[in-house]
Amino acid sequence: MRGALRRLGLSIGQLADRGAGASDGVRAMSSSGGPVTATLFPGDGIGPEIAGAVRAVFEAAGAAIRWEEQVVGSEVDARTNSMVTRENLDSVLKNKIGLKGPMMTPVGKGFRSLNLTLRKELGLYANVRPCLSIPGYKTRYDGVNLVTVRENTEGEYSGLEHEVVPGVVESLKVITRDASKRIAEFAFKYANDNHRKKVSAIHKANIMKKADGLFIECCREVSEVYPDIVYEELIVDNACMQLVRDPTQFDVLVMPNLYGDIISDLCAGLIGGLGLTPSGNIGKGGLALMEAVHGTAPDIAGQDKANPTALLMSGVMMLRHLGMREVAEKIEAATLATIAEGKYRTGDLGGTATCSDFTKSICDKIK
Amino acid sequence: MLRRAASRLSRGAVSSPWPSAVQARGLMAYVPSPGDGAAKKVTLIPGDGVGPELCDKAVVPLIEALGAPIEWERFDDISGANEHGEPHEEVPAHVVESIRRNHVCLKGVLYTPLSKTNTSTQSLNVQLRKQLDLSVNLIHGFSIPGIKTRFDDIDIVVIRENTEGEYSGLEHEVVPGVVESLKVITEKKSLRTAEYAFEFAFLNSRKSVTAVHKANIMKVGDGEFLKACRTVAERYPSINYNEMIVDNTCMQLVSRPHQFDVMVTPNLYGNLVCNIVAGLCGGVGLCPGSNIGDGVAVFEQGARHVAKDLTGSGMGNPTALLLSAVMMLRHVKLYNFSDKLEEAIMQVYEDADMTKLPRDVGGTANTETFTNAVASKLS
Repeated sequence: MRGALRRLGLSIGQLADRGAGASDGVRAMSSSGGPVTATLFPGDGIGPEIAGAVRAVFEAAGAAIRWEEQVVGSEVDARTNSMVTRENLDSVLKNKIGLKGPMMTPVGKGFRSLNLTLRKELGLYANVRPCLSIPGYKTRYDGVNLVTVRENTEGEYSGLEHEVVPGVVESLKVITRDASKRIAEFAFKYANDNHRKKVSAIHKANIMKKADGLFIECCREVSEVYPDIVYEELIVDNACMQLVRDPTQFDVLVMPNLYGDIISDLCAGLIGGLGLTPSGNIGKGGLALMEAVHGTAPDIAGQDKANPTALLMSGVMMLRHLGMREVAEKIEAATLATIAEGKYRTGDLGGTATCSDFTKSICDKIK
Repeated sequence: MLRRAASRLSRGAVSSPWPSAVQARGLMAYVPSPGDGAAKKVTLIPGDGVGPELCDKAVVPLIEALGAPIEWERFDDISGANEHGEPHEEVPAHVVESIRRNHVCLKGVLYTPLSKTNTSTQSLNVQLRKQLDLSVNLIHGFSIPGIKTRFDDIDIVVIRENTEGEYSGLEHEVVPGVVESLKVITEKKSLRTAEYAFEFAFLNSRKSVTAVHKANIMKVGDGEFLKACRTVAERYPSINYNEMIVDNTCMQLVSRPHQFDVMVTPNLYGNLVCNIVAGLCGGVGLCPGSNIGDGVAVFEQGARHVAKDLTGSGMGNPTALLLSAVMMLRHVKLYNFSDKLEEAIMQVYEDADMTKLPRDVGGTANTETFTNAVASKLS
């Protein structure tokens, strides 16, 4: 078991190695010796509990991180037209690194959603999700070890819609050469830096010949710069079918926005859900905001029942992004060992342990 | 087990808990109208890839062995690509005419080449659906006894809008390097799809309908689709209606598929959902489907891939196309024949003799061997 874990630790290490920042130049801050300041959004619902778990584990592991905690406003900030305040944004822009817990999306009109504001203001153009079967936690799928890379700024999420005549709605999907090229370059660089063998571009160019055609054209161009990486193209419906039949055939997947949204969640489903999947959003100049993409779980908030794995693993991605590999590996191995051991599993994994028990077990393993 | 599974395949009549497909319609005889037994002309388009061999080696001989009164009007020369590998411009008018005249068609998949020079011609599959106004695509994914998949007892019907949405074919390059693609959602087609989904659920004693959408992002477009589903749902109080965002739907499908019964979707999401459902049930070769319009129905496999890699190998699995033919026989009220063919196919699977099952489900048989095994169950 130990050997298997070791291998797993290594393979996760490889896949998330230096996170996504590799494309934009790793910020080798750890070499300077002093602690790195990182923005932390604990979020809502179970957010504060799992953020607490992350703090505890990071402290036990001696990670050189100084948290700058930021809380999203309860009213719309006129300067950002969002609940996300100017100070929130400035903190991430200054630190260039952040970790974000789940946030409640307030319903209302006339202001921007949290995620949209963060994405636009921080220039987060790529979403990266390593998806790995966790040993000891059985799902219907074994041996999953893939990374989804999703273009995060355009496509079907343009927000351009109008009712042409009553009962007829047009929604615009926008695909640009710049954004497609940027995401393709990111995916290949990521694959290369993390010793990945294959990049699969997912598209629907048989139907959207011009738009998705442009996307794969960009992927093809970039693939020529990386002759050592196998490049393939798959139509999105076939990709879905292949993923549910045999996900082990995939390595890195690069996708326009909507397909990326759907397939990254599908992949999370293969390995046990969003509670186990880390996620990273990458912007220009190495800026990165890692996040847990699961919900705020208001039904169990404040009851010490939440599973902090997704946020913790996102934290591990963050450490790797900062070049703090050793401590990242330590935390990751301890987390996986705790899940594999099965003694302290939270309710979502079929156990009865509290978030504190689970966290303590990880800390004990680190020490 | 076998018979229960057999009775699952979508039928136009109310299904019942009776174990046998024949008993499912009770003890009373089926009372036809005069002329119901006359030969029915059906348009047959073998299509590209493995289509022609599946038709030649499985569908046509089995319908003949069955003795079903089907008379094929066959068009062999229809392909999605011309001899230079470029897309064909259109489906020939006489083929479309034939389907209109016969009202029923069985079809393989037409290949859509990705051309650098021609990015305007729409896939012939899409053109055909649009010309015949086949506004709804139905696929039925169910666990076939004897096939080992990750989940047992799946029984999901996906009803998908089939002509608009992301398949509008409206695209243009605004300035170099910037392409806009239009997704069109109309109230009319959304209502038609929703109405079909609920009517299907009602007639087949299905318990729930789940509408799949992304209205959190495409608030107006997908909002229109949801509005239509809600309107129709109100007319069917006995059917449980719920809504699910497409990304979550896909995650739920691969982790807890049994929560789904009938699903109703706009075009592209349906394309993905259909393929996931087919994948869960064992793959492209197994899952039947149909395209329904006003007085026209085109039956084809549920997951529409041409399987170029298998072309000419004689190894393709004809089950999806055969089960689509079963759906077709039921659609034209040849109930007895449809039941027989369905039971024969299921029996071959239940026997689990790997020398008689196709490769994609772990067997060693080619198309012909499998067909002979089904034929032997017909007598």
